[in-house]
Amino acid sequence: MSTKEQRVAEIVAEHAGREGPMLPILHDIQHEFGCVDGEAERVIAGALNLSRADVHGVVSFYHDFHEKADPRPEVQICRAEACKARGVENLMAGAKQAAGERVKLSTVYCLGLCSAGPSARVGDTLHARLDAAALAKVIENA
Amino acid sequence: MSETRIVRISDDALARALGADALAAAFANKGVEVHRTSSWGMQWLEPLVEIEGMGFGPATLDDVDAILAGTSSKAIGEIVEHPFIARQQRLTFSRAGQTRPTNLDDYEETGGWAGLRRARQIGSEAIIEEVLASGLRGRGGAGFPAGIKWKTVAGAAGPQKYIVCNADEGDSGTFADRMVMEGDPYALIEGMAIAGEAVGADQGYIYCRSEYPDSIRKLTEALKLCEGIIAPFRCEVRTGAGAYVCGEETSLLNSLEGKRGEVRAKPPLPALEGLFGKPTVVNNVLTLSAVPHILAEGGAAHYGALGMDRSKGTMPIQLAGNIKHGGLFETAFGITLRELIYDIGGGTESGRPVKAVQVGGPLGAYIHPDQFDIRFDYEEYTVADALIGHGGITVFDDTADMGQMARFAMEFCAAESCGKCTPCRIGSIRGVELIDRIRAGGRKADAVEVLPVMHNASKKGRLPEQDIGLLTDLCETMKFGSLCALGGFTPYPVMSALKNWPEDFMPESEKVLDRNDA
Repeated sequence: MSTKEQRVAEIVAEHAGREGPMLPILHDIQHEFGCVDGEAERVIAGALNLSRADVHGVVSFYHDFHEKADPRPEVQICRAEACKARGVENLMAGAKQAAGERVKLSTVYCLGLCSAGPSARVGDTLHARLDAAALAKVIENA
Repeated sequence: MSETRIVRISDDALARALGADALAAAFANKGVEVHRTSSWGMQWLEPLVEIEGMGFGPATLDDVDAILAGTSSKAIGEIVEHPFIARQQRLTFSRAGQTRPTNLDDYEETGGWAGLRRARQIGSEAIIEEVLASGLRGRGGAGFPAGIKWKTVAGAAGPQKYIVCNADEGDSGTFADRMVMEGDPYALIEGMAIAGEAVGADQGYIYCRSEYPDSIRKLTEALKLCEGIIAPFRCEVRTGAGAYVCGEETSLLNSLEGKRGEVRAKPPLPALEGLFGKPTVVNNVLTLSAVPHILAEGGAAHYGALGMDRSKGTMPIQLAGNIKHGGLFETAFGITLRELIYDIGGGTESGRPVKAVQVGGPLGAYIHPDQFDIRFDYEEYTVADALIGHGGITVFDDTADMGQMARFAMEFCAAESCGKCTPCRIGSIRGVELIDRIRAGGRKADAVEVLPVMHNASKKGRLPEQDIGLLTDLCETMKFGSLCALGGFTPYPVMSALKNWPEDFMPESEKVLDRNDA
């Protein structure tokens, strides 16, 4: 058993006895390894008495779980209706330029800051009322 | 500064996103006592600083000295007298801005747990009677009477039942659930405990979306602190994983069980066969948070006396998008869009004319300014082919391209479809393609259509008008053929945009011609 497999098995064991433990397990694994890959899926499947296909089906359904880790820092930009109404689309070209190859830009549909968009999230930190300069700064500091 | 003054600054996610933490630290450095409270909901003024009832906002670090000296130009006067607050009827948000969210003393002093205490005295049947009498309807969007749902679960057989709180507030333009969870978490928990008392459930789950890290943190903290008060009822927060469709109740239940968040066919109703196949109450955050008020002495009669027709009580309305005074406005049903957008919201923030308003999130219709006299009421919106949904109002100014917004509605549906039913999974993709073709001025016959064997195919391609007919058909199919509201309601924004702003669907070249003519 590799160290990773061991660690995954530990995480699964921490949630033993909970009703419907799959999502909490996947969140913890995603948080620790930056992804839920095939190796992790196999361990989870074994522990929960499911097929690997069952586990993979769940992992691939949700936007929050990734099959491969991406080492780059991530900036999530809200591009839902309320932020569109406040001009987020006009900021996207500049944001892509500021991000370059170093930062991963991703789209999120709504951070719940809808009267103060455009807004972005880095880790658990939120930013609102962004203009081009402020967004570029958020991306630079990511 | 001789006496200790108390400065109140919200620790709501929106205030924090605008620098409230740094501001609070700056005040603390000046030797004043800082209380981190919930937000008043006047979001254009965040971060809002309150000293002895007087408000200052939006405050920056440069304003700290002037605010303490009372000379700041950011002064807005007494907060409770502010027209935005004074005009509201706050029940669900009665504590907003005034208490520290996870402070148990603050909650108790403002009437907290009174509803639960009374509920335990009067018992299951009487609780359900009162909820029925109040006329409370589900605030998640469908507007189903909460009391009837509870009655069904209470009458269902089985030793294990569940209370599930739908806190997967994915609609753009809505944030009331987030504000309750971050600002008054005990009200939600109390509502769930009362629901548990009513139907005989001892386990609750709050399914909160992962995009709300502050809500998850505060609820977890609050649940730990009030464990002994709500016992034997137990409750746990579960984090979603970025799937919009999990706001649909059956998909949410699958997700809680650890499965793909695919929609289930109904029947069986979740009230009879819900979480893990057990009878389950699934209610929205706002529905459950309204319950403690209703269960307090005389609360049901008070609640039922507000509102109009079959829409009783108050609705926390969320003013969002391009609006000058955005925020949370709780009021009795019956208010018109015109009042909300102009009198209360102050029009657009950009100062340009309002072009469209989307009520009810990404699945709600785009409403034209000609229809702004429509009153906030479930039935009145249904008649107008629109929906209240979760009470979010997103304002767009005249720079908005409604053809683009209609395309986005289809694109969003394609990205978020759970894939279970065909009209939603495939219809949304075809919808994007159709709107693109309409906006490109129709299409030429393709290589297959011009083949001599294709006798029935048109050799001339298709005109935009024909594609519009096809889009209308597609929307009908999605509306009546989809399993849940995602595919079923996506046609609302698309068709309302097409009906009200057909010029935005014209090819770019023709639009220029039109402008030249005028």
